Amino acid sequence: MSATRVAVLRFPGTLDHESAAKAVQAVGGDPVFTHHMDTELPDGATAVVIPGGFSYGDHLRPGALASRTPILGAVKRHAADGGRVLGICNGFQILCESGLLPGVLRPNASLQFICRQADLEVADPGTPWTGGRLAGEVMSVPFKHHDGAWFGDPGESRVVLRYKGENPNGSIDKIAGITNLAGNVMGLMPHPEEACDPLLGSVDGRALFAALLA
Amino acid sequence: MTLVIVTVMPKKGVLDPQGQAVQGALSHMGFADIGDVRVGKRIELEINGHDPAAQADKMCQDLLANQLIEDYSVEVQG
Repeated sequence: MSATRVAVLRFPGTLDHESAAKAVQAVGGDPVFTHHMDTELPDGATAVVIPGGFSYGDHLRPGALASRTPILGAVKRHAADGGRVLGICNGFQILCESGLLPGVLRPNASLQFICRQADLEVADPGTPWTGGRLAGEVMSVPFKHHDGAWFGDPGESRVVLRYKGENPNGSIDKIAGITNLAGNVMGLMPHPEEACDPLLGSVDGRALFAALLA
Repeated sequence: MTLVIVTVMPKKGVLDPQGQAVQGALSHMGFADIGDVRVGKRIELEINGHDPAAQADKMCQDLLANQLIEDYSVEVQG
């Protein structure tokens, strides 16, 4: 049986597609880079990753311009059919701007770019995205962002991950990652693709990529 | 060709860290009378065709403003 194909989207300014593709491979998937002007997902792709970076230079608002490109139409149809979508950092911002996830990512309260390893607490253990971990279990995943403060009504989503301890960026309820109510679209500011290899100190991020293949 | 000015501002009640940072700097510089500061953006649109104000309003709703956190106003300059 051939490996599951996973579309890894690329926009002008996407940075983390190579790491995201390696993470897809690490869990046994077959990543396919997908151009932002394409109107359909690649043949046979059964899941989507929107990697991090600074699409369109973060002009207007982070993710705003990328969320209006043709490929997002295909992602919306895929999500409406129950297909899984994982948005990381700028990918999370794109999902919020597209309306696939509620809320919006605002500048960090400190107005500083923050880059460090973080402990994330599983808030909702009932989604596919945290590998069966129990509520309160911790995943070690790094984050690196300037606009990571999620703002919105948590009741419109399922809160999957929260920052443990101090709130690093001013996010409502210390939210680090959410899904839509159906649970098939996941967005988070931390970078699970950088926590998939023991050399990087943590493999906790693999659970999010494994969920794409389930 | 009609020039339309769109102003996008952070909603009242939504934390504006950029405005706060500018306020802090002005205060440190000795501008003792400075009160609240809010930072937004001005977008100049040249629009052809019918009802530029309505077209600009649609552009604001569809892209230029995120109404969860931002208010906008449209001014036709003629």
